[in-house]
Amino acid sequence: MLPVITGFIDELREAGVPVSMVESIDAMKAVEAIDLASRTALRETLRATLVKNLRHERAFDTAFDVYFSTVPLPSGESDGSPPADQGGEAAGGEGGPGSGDFDPDQLFNALLNALAGLDQEALRRGVREAVERLAGMEPGRPVGGTYYLYRTLRRLDLAQLEAQLMEALSGDDDLTEFEERLLREEVESLIERLREEVQEEIRRRLVADRGREAVAKTLRRPLIEDIDLMHATSADLAEMEAAIGPLTRKLAARLARRRKKRTGRLDFRRTVRRSLATGGVPADPQFKHPRPHRPEVWLLCDISGSMATFSRFTLQFTHAMATHFSKLRSFAFVDTIDEVTEFFGPGIDFGSAVSRITTEAEVVWLDGHSDYGNSLETFHTRYGSQLTSRTTVIITGDARNNYRPARDGILADVAKASRGLVWLNPEPIAYWDTGDSAMSHYGRHCTSVHEVRTLRQLEEFVETLTLPSGRPRQNA
Amino acid sequence: MHFDGPTQVAESLRSVNYLADDRISQVVFLASRLDKPVLVEGPAGVGKTELAKAMAASTGRELIRLQCYEGLDEAKALYEWNYKKQLLRIQSDVDHDWDTISHDIFSEEFLLTRPLLAAIRATDPVVLLIDEVDRVEVETEALLLEILSDFQVSIPELGTMSANTQPLVFLTSNNTRELSEALKRRCLFLHIDYPDAEREQLILEARVPGLSGHLAGQVAKVARSIRSLDLKKAPSVSETIDWARTLIALSVEEVDEDVLGDTLHVLLKYQSDIERAAKELTSTPAS
Repeated sequence: MLPVITGFIDELREAGVPVSMVESIDAMKAVEAIDLASRTALRETLRATLVKNLRHERAFDTAFDVYFSTVPLPSGESDGSPPADQGGEAAGGEGGPGSGDFDPDQLFNALLNALAGLDQEALRRGVREAVERLAGMEPGRPVGGTYYLYRTLRRLDLAQLEAQLMEALSGDDDLTEFEERLLREEVESLIERLREEVQEEIRRRLVADRGREAVAKTLRRPLIEDIDLMHATSADLAEMEAAIGPLTRKLAARLARRRKKRTGRLDFRRTVRRSLATGGVPADPQFKHPRPHRPEVWLLCDISGSMATFSRFTLQFTHAMATHFSKLRSFAFVDTIDEVTEFFGPGIDFGSAVSRITTEAEVVWLDGHSDYGNSLETFHTRYGSQLTSRTTVIITGDARNNYRPARDGILADVAKASRGLVWLNPEPIAYWDTGDSAMSHYGRHCTSVHEVRTLRQLEEFVETLTLPSGRPRQNA
Repeated sequence: MHFDGPTQVAESLRSVNYLADDRISQVVFLASRLDKPVLVEGPAGVGKTELAKAMAASTGRELIRLQCYEGLDEAKALYEWNYKKQLLRIQSDVDHDWDTISHDIFSEEFLLTRPLLAAIRATDPVVLLIDEVDRVEVETEALLLEILSDFQVSIPELGTMSANTQPLVFLTSNNTRELSEALKRRCLFLHIDYPDAEREQLILEARVPGLSGHLAGQVAKVARSIRSLDLKKAPSVSETIDWARTLIALSVEEVDEDVLGDTLHVLLKYQSDIERAAKELTSTPAS
């Protein structure tokens, strides 16, 4: 057992999950205390001791499936005897693969009955046969099994299965639209369960074929915080959304923080009141609390085509920030700029905000290719006078200007008029200033410039962000 | 409290109407076996705090609760010297010299115990609940580390006080911010998510007296359906329980579109969410 667990921990680390020395020792100790016959017990024990972040659970589950997969029963013996004495509707005795002839309809019905009756055993048996018969797995091929999954499910005709399940579960009454919806969701969750079973069965066979390490390596995917934002899929983005909330809260706290100086002025009233309890000896001076600093944030997002995925991410970020900052103004630009603050008002969901930005905001002036120079100039003439020494300006974009004039002098003015100017660039640092990128022209006027290609880097940015605590006043 | 296995934990929790799934009972079992704190995370209202309360109720232990908030400090979480009593002591005693007195006033008599110290000093084993630990600042988290790993508190004037009995510790977090690695390392991690429809039905049946199995099933399915929508705040388990209670109060036997439209505000707390759910689930939009 021990070598398997160390192997498993290595695989988790390989996949990017941080597992400390102490945690691995805890896992070993915990495993000694549990009933090893139960796979669920083992799974939850390892999960509780090794994975301390919800975002890493997917990686954990994949690795666990591979490392602790039950050994697949050799075909022929698997379905031959046990189902025969269990009788029952599923996979009925002689239909087993051992007998050679294969009846797709019978398998279909077996699965249907297993799902409708919530019979886990029968489902597993059906799935085993389905994979055996339909996946067409070829030993030795270094694949992750997605193709086999697709192939099995396609041949199973899920749409038909879904329709029949609906029928089987609805009984004979006519359903209202509402009842039908609830039932459909019920059926969808059953189909999802079937999908998971099939996937697990396929993985089990892959592991038996090629061994744990090899399969784990094929299945390894980057953690959500390491996915390149420029190439994230919409499923990835949806998953990131959960992580963005806490991050914006932290950013709010960072920006509100002031360098700790003397706490406010002496609060005479409170000092006297407190010292009464002790008869005035000793008196403990009380100070007024300094007023909390209300950060003002202006966010400028490049939403041009080249930035499609990243801008979706930054808009998500903006949306989340709108709930934490009362004084957040957001702007979107392509070759000119428009304010989009109102689209992110309270109670507006993200989808409709994005569609309103794309339809209503005037961000295209000429041809719809990025023009940072013009956008900045428009920004400065229209809104520049409203910048104050409390405003932090954050610009997100790749600074690819299509060889148009950079007009970075304007940015210097913006930086001067605000508390701080931060630029987040989703491109790797190595690509900055190549081709039409004008990053260094803009960068020299910024308080700080950050490469933000992944969620992790955004986290680092938030973690390390320090801004001057308000500029010295010229005429105080 | 000694459990032989996770099933026993589940049974014990069931006796106080808390339905634990495999994951919950396994982690609680491990916590009691390995004497480690449990960090419980998950969306609001899925029964994180309830778990600690149920553990206390089912094992007959006292529940000591520390509610965290921004600005929580040592004096409110660990201990404080009873300053006024110390002063009285000094003033009432004029015969002894300073050395005796100064030695005297830093004794346990003058110590005000706060929840964390109370949990450690308790003579009978207790359940310690540190609620919403994500609300304290990162710096304050450090206060907890000593007690979580060694079950002891160091007081400079008195020395180290270690636990008389092993408390069962639960920390809850709504994950509004990332907790420090140091804290996480010392805990077992338990994520509780919304239950699936079958388990939610069982929870409803256990928690709401007089609820028929059929209605419970419907309520659970509607809850699942609503949670699949993109909402500002998905209905929590406690809200579905409230909803089931409402349905009983209205003597509803069958959930249909009208009932749902009229009672959605029990499940959802934002107007925009109510409108959206009404649009998706019923053919007539809510007023």
